[in-house]
Amino acid sequence: MSASSAFNDEKGGSSSVGEPEYGHDPASGGIFSSDYKRHDDLKEMLDSNKDSLKLEAMKRIVAMIARGKNASDLFPAVVKNVACKNIEVKKLVYVYLVRYAEEQQDLALLSISTFQRGLKDPNQLIRASALRVLSSIRVTIIVPIMMLAIKEAASDMSPYVRKTAAHAIPKLYSLDPEQKDQLIEVIEKLLADKTTLVAGSVVMAFEEVCPERIDLIHKNYRKLCNLLIDVEEWGQVVIINMLTRYARTQFLNPNINESLLEEGGGGEKTFYGSDEDEDEDEEEKEKKAEVAAMAKRKPYVMDPDHRLLLRNTKPLLQSRNAAVVMAVAQLYFHLAPKAEVGVIAKALVRLLRSHSEVQYVVLQNVATMTIKRRGMFEPYLKSFYIRSTDPTQIKVLKLEVLTNLANETNISTILREFQTYIRSMDKDFVAATIQAIGRCATNIGEVRDTCLNGLVQLLSNRDELVVAESVVVIKKLLQMQPEKHSDIIKHMAKLTDNIQVPMARASILWLIGEYCEHVPKIAPDVLRKMAKSFTNEEDIVKLQIINLAAKLYLTNSKQTKLLTQYVLNLAKYDQNYDIRDRARFIRQLIVPTEKSGALSKYAKKLFLALKPAPVLESPFKDRDHFQLGSLSHLLNAKAGGYQELPDWPEAAPDPSVRNVEVFTLLERVTTLTSVPEWTKCSSREKRKEKKVEKPFYSDSEGESGPTESADSESDSASGSESGSGSEESGSGSESEESEEGSESEEEEEEEEEEKDKKKKKKELKKPVPETESEQSSEEEDRKIERKSKQRKSDSESESDEDEESESESSQSESEDSESEVEVKKKKKTAETKPPSKPVKKETKKEKKEMSLLDLDDFEPAPSPQVTPVNTFLSNSLVTDLEGLSLSDSVLSPATIAPSSALKNYELLHRITGEGLSVEYCFSRQPFSPDANMVAVQMQFTNSATSDTKNLHMEDVKLQSGMRVKEFPEIELLSAGETATAVMGIDFCDSTQAANFQLCTHTRKFFVSIQPPVGELMRPIFLTENEFKKEQGQLMGMNEITEKLTLDAKCRNEHAIVQRVTAAANLSRVPCGSDKECRFAGRTVTSSSLVLVTVATKEEGAAQLTVNCEKMVIGTMLVKDILLALTQ
Amino acid sequence: MIHSLFLINHSGDIFLEKHWKSVISRSVCDYFFEVKEKAVDPENVPPVLQTPHHYLISIYRGKLFFLSVVQTEVPPLFVIEFLHRVADTFQDYFGECSEGVIKDNLVTVYELLEEMLDNGFPLATESNVLKEMIRPPNILRSVVNTLTGGSNVGDTLPTGQLSNVPWRRAGVKYTNNEAYFDIIEEIDAILDKSGTTVFAEIQGVVEACVRLTGMPDLTLSFMNPRLLDDVSFHPCVRFKRWESERVLSFIPPDGNFTLMTYHVSSQNLVAIPVYVKQSINFFETGSCGRLEITIGPKQNMGKTVEGLMVTIHMPKVVLSANLTATQGNYTYDLTTKVLVWDIGKLNPQKLPNLRGSLSMQAGAPKPEENPSLNIDLKIQQLAISGLKVSRLDMYGEKYKPFKGVKYLTKAGKFQVRT
Repeated sequence: MSASSAFNDEKGGSSSVGEPEYGHDPASGGIFSSDYKRHDDLKEMLDSNKDSLKLEAMKRIVAMIARGKNASDLFPAVVKNVACKNIEVKKLVYVYLVRYAEEQQDLALLSISTFQRGLKDPNQLIRASALRVLSSIRVTIIVPIMMLAIKEAASDMSPYVRKTAAHAIPKLYSLDPEQKDQLIEVIEKLLADKTTLVAGSVVMAFEEVCPERIDLIHKNYRKLCNLLIDVEEWGQVVIINMLTRYARTQFLNPNINESLLEEGGGGEKTFYGSDEDEDEDEEEKEKKAEVAAMAKRKPYVMDPDHRLLLRNTKPLLQSRNAAVVMAVAQLYFHLAPKAEVGVIAKALVRLLRSHSEVQYVVLQNVATMTIKRRGMFEPYLKSFYIRSTDPTQIKVLKLEVLTNLANETNISTILREFQTYIRSMDKDFVAATIQAIGRCATNIGEVRDTCLNGLVQLLSNRDELVVAESVVVIKKLLQMQPEKHSDIIKHMAKLTDNIQVPMARASILWLIGEYCEHVPKIAPDVLRKMAKSFTNEEDIVKLQIINLAAKLYLTNSKQTKLLTQYVLNLAKYDQNYDIRDRARFIRQLIVPTEKSGALSKYAKKLFLALKPAPVLESPFKDRDHFQLGSLSHLLNAKAGGYQELPDWPEAAPDPSVRNVEVFTLLERVTTLTSVPEWTKCSSREKRKEKKVEKPFYSDSEGESGPTESADSESDSASGSESGSGSEESGSGSESEESEEGSESEEEEEEEEEEKDKKKKKKELKKPVPETESEQSSEEEDRKIERKSKQRKSDSESESDEDEESESESSQSESEDSESEVEVKKKKKTAETKPPSKPVKKETKKEKKEMSLLDLDDFEPAPSPQVTPVNTFLSNSLVTDLEGLSLSDSVLSPATIAPSSALKNYELLHRITGEGLSVEYCFSRQPFSPDANMVAVQMQFTNSATSDTKNLHMEDVKLQSGMRVKEFPEIELLSAGETATAVMGIDFCDSTQAANFQLCTHTRKFFVSIQPPVGELMRPIFLTENEFKKEQGQLMGMNEITEKLTLDAKCRNEHAIVQRVTAAANLSRVPCGSDKECRFAGRTVTSSSLVLVTVATKEEGAAQLTVNCEKMVIGTMLVKDILLALTQ
Repeated sequence: MIHSLFLINHSGDIFLEKHWKSVISRSVCDYFFEVKEKAVDPENVPPVLQTPHHYLISIYRGKLFFLSVVQTEVPPLFVIEFLHRVADTFQDYFGECSEGVIKDNLVTVYELLEEMLDNGFPLATESNVLKEMIRPPNILRSVVNTLTGGSNVGDTLPTGQLSNVPWRRAGVKYTNNEAYFDIIEEIDAILDKSGTTVFAEIQGVVEACVRLTGMPDLTLSFMNPRLLDDVSFHPCVRFKRWESERVLSFIPPDGNFTLMTYHVSSQNLVAIPVYVKQSINFFETGSCGRLEITIGPKQNMGKTVEGLMVTIHMPKVVLSANLTATQGNYTYDLTTKVLVWDIGKLNPQKLPNLRGSLSMQAGAPKPEENPSLNIDLKIQQLAISGLKVSRLDMYGEKYKPFKGVKYLTKAGKFQVRT
């Protein structure tokens, strides 16, 4: 925007909110001084302390933005208010920031830390909104921060935050496409999410980032199908469209046997009959049809997954959202067996009642469908009748559909309709109607003569446009059987006097020329008239005059020789070179001279060859190679980002890829889910288990298996035994399973629902070790089931089960049995739990008779159960337990060891490892072979009865840049022995896990080592002065300050030092004041300085400052130390 | 998906722009203006346009164009449906969706747009959720706000987005618990010159106004659900229950909403409540025409037909109308050439009649087609299809709500060809 216009804009925008403003006059725009004053005024308001003034200012600024005025020079003043307490001001600042950050990148960075703080807020909505704004700021520098934020949010315990993460993915992708690989990983993770909230958003991200990675869908296909009905409507559209493409690559063409018969169109009728009285027993009929169809084409058997998709999308035809209906319709059109496609017609016809824009799109699609499957829409013929009040574009499309639907039986009705239309005042529409009549006439031989007569009558119409259009259409029709219609040609010859529309004149001339033998007397006369007016004609008419002359010359040279000469001479000097060209060319061809070659001999053949009649085709023919409902289909051109609809595969790819093996994800934990525990489940529980193992859809069509969780529950509301009611339904329970269970209750019984909600809230906030005695046992049972279901589906929750299952054994045992990732959690809970645990155990034992799973309700840490996703990756359970959602703390050991002793982490549990257990710790010793590596000391214990040989590592999987120095192979570890080894890992200053396989002579174990951020540094020695100097250089964005209240046990200097050094590998900087503790270190890989200051005040208040040029490390470290000091 | 949105008024001024990704210059609208210039009627502007770098998808609502810009493949209906949802939201918030109102509430509108889309993908479109975040303006609040400097952004965080029933917020409380259902049926019909029915069908909608405390679970059942041929539901309705038992079972949203729309099976003959006798003639000479219309009751099930109104789009050559009406009054708009005859209640004893002459432009040829008549009417306390609610049950709450059902039949696209 140029400077001057910018000033204009500002002038306009600075008027107060709500005051309507109509343009701006150039005169006042020139008064620069007043502009500045006005903006100063805004700046003042923004700087003031009063929220109301700020709000007023922001409102005015946002109003400016809304009107499209430039408000970029206020950026510094606005961005200061990013941390404002007032929610509305904050929101408006966000709006501003997102709009202008791209233009003012440097200043925008000032706001980043606010959002980073927001990302760690305990309130999920604040986290989500921080992520949303952060990811909307299009500043390339913050790509790494965004990436980190997205990754964290993707494993957040709140589904809403995960949804926001999914939304952020395409934003980051468009900002920096190079992040694609990493983003795909996040997408893959989120695709596995089981909440409806996330599903739509992540599929949208998938479509934008990596639509070609169809392989990512396999494992999630069934889940997506089952979730579909409960996803919000916009997500449904995206998912359905994606699944259409997916199905095209994975399943066989259901119409494969019929494709040969398709041309006949006879098959449509059978379907048709069944549609008429569909109202009742629709299912049964469909079933029958299906059975019959199955019997007919034996070799084809529909993949059950294919059936699942069709079955689960069908109810969505009843959606109020036109886009959803259209999406299902196109899915059926592209994927369903012919006999079943019919169901979509009714829904599409319903959409015709909607807004005219919706009609427009729907009619386009219907037009395409009617070409392939006419029978489908025939019963709805009358719904396409045209009203005089329809907009022209709708009328024309309806005409198109009517024309496509026309056949021998209904043509008379349609033509009667057309007759009404021809008298319409809307002439464009009339012209379209005439063309439609022409098409009907060509397609249906019986009515050709009727149509032709009708059209000829139109030739006497007063409206020229109508006549012209008729002429053009008649010309096409006549070409089919010219002999019969010489009187029509004569009639038309007369029209040349009146019709002025060039196209029509040209058509008449062409007709006369072409069939001059049928009208030998009139033709030369027409040419005479035309020769007279030649110079005044339009170009296309002139060309046809030349054509006519040439043809007449060849057939009737006696009468027309001179005329032809005359016309050719006129054409020779025409202004248009095409006409001059044509004249020259024709003269050479038809007038034999000495020079003219052999061609002139064939002149007659050239000009009077029999021309094939034109085929009047629908413009919608073959448009269905575009996915229906898509923009590309509408435009009949490939739009950017359009994904081709693949052809059916010749042979179906392996369907087993869609089988979900629950246990593959966490191989090393699998054995922990020891079967015996499961066998203790109640009998109901067992049934469930079986159901999961079976394919969860029945092969028969039938709508009996509820697809909608809501319904399966509501059944129970009316039924007597509610518990079993919801369970009986096969696939219903599937979708239920994937939800968080709260919905089911809501529908079932209000009261319970509320209780449950309350309970859930409590669970989130703090553990409730109290039994909920008021609940009836039946209710409890149900809840248990739900939970267990959930648990089964989520492999991560296995850890919980372990806990319960092993609770009979000693406390320490149960701790041991945790998977490696759980160690941290254990460590922590070990501290917090001991006092309460024994009590709990007792309750457990009492309850054991009822069902082992009751334990759920008493588990003090149920939050993992309401976190259905991927917690095994986040291992943030520790913090979740505390009601904190500081996902950063993932990386911290969090536990404060009583001494500064090193913490041991479990790498391989002895049960998983079949007797081999491995622990590791960060030894904090320099790793001698490579100083940039972190030393990891591992302790192998062989508690099995046999020896283990050839212990070594293999198949190291690392993030780019990371390196590993393997530990030397341990040849033999005899039973009962222990050995240690040291390996080095260069983590590249990131907390990415190093994954590798630990191999023995018989087995391989997948393990991973993830460092807490505090282990990524080595201590260095600094003096107080050096420290202050360095700190001075690491201000601004590199400094992160956090206020905290120290834990009661940690208010002396000694304790602080101990806790900080336990959390991070730093050394203390000597310091004069006893109010401040300073620590210094460098990161291992890049040697960036890490400076930590803890300043204490009265009453345990303290301030923590971390200076580090690696912002990411800094933020994470703050989190860790904060945790260490406050607990 | 949706990149930007421009709101354009009737005369072609862009009075609001919102970008969800990087900013797109408003000059992109020029392509649209070009097409709009050519189109005779704003309704004839194609909703989807292609420009060299963008695609423009627009809707026309309340004399405004909602023009969205997209850059890549996206289902056009997705965008269109969303834009209509935006317009609905404005209507819901401000009572109408017009330029003046939007300009008066520019900031609220902008905040709404911000919440409704994230990066071009719909985020919160449920009015309940939105109202939790951004309160609709009302007079009292705006007075209070000006005095105290308060705001219309909710200070509690919206929990609706997190819920499994996003359409209902928790903790609703009313002193009077009431649930009203309006069953409104529209007759779409085309009658030809002689009065025979070319095409007729009934489309119905169940509008609900539910103000109930807590989380009620309602079940609405019909006496004759078999009448319903094709239905579409608010997302709150459990489809399976409908499939198996033909009852509507749902946890209602709070306030006004459309519970379902339906289409009455075409096997049932549609009763046409009125008959129309008309004759419109234009004479070749003297540039004038005659018009006579009489309307009488036909099958109205013994109820009174009210709100009767006839609208005629006259041919362009008709300059003025000189008519007399035995009942009601007529107006003829010279610029739009629309003749409106507002009759009111239909009195079966004395049939309303409109007759008189039309004067036409001198020298112009007589119009070929007679204009068709569009009829509006209302019949209270009647669902023309015969649909009846049998009962409404509530589960999950203890109190006794006040329940009410109202029936209404209207003319939809009711057209008489002449």
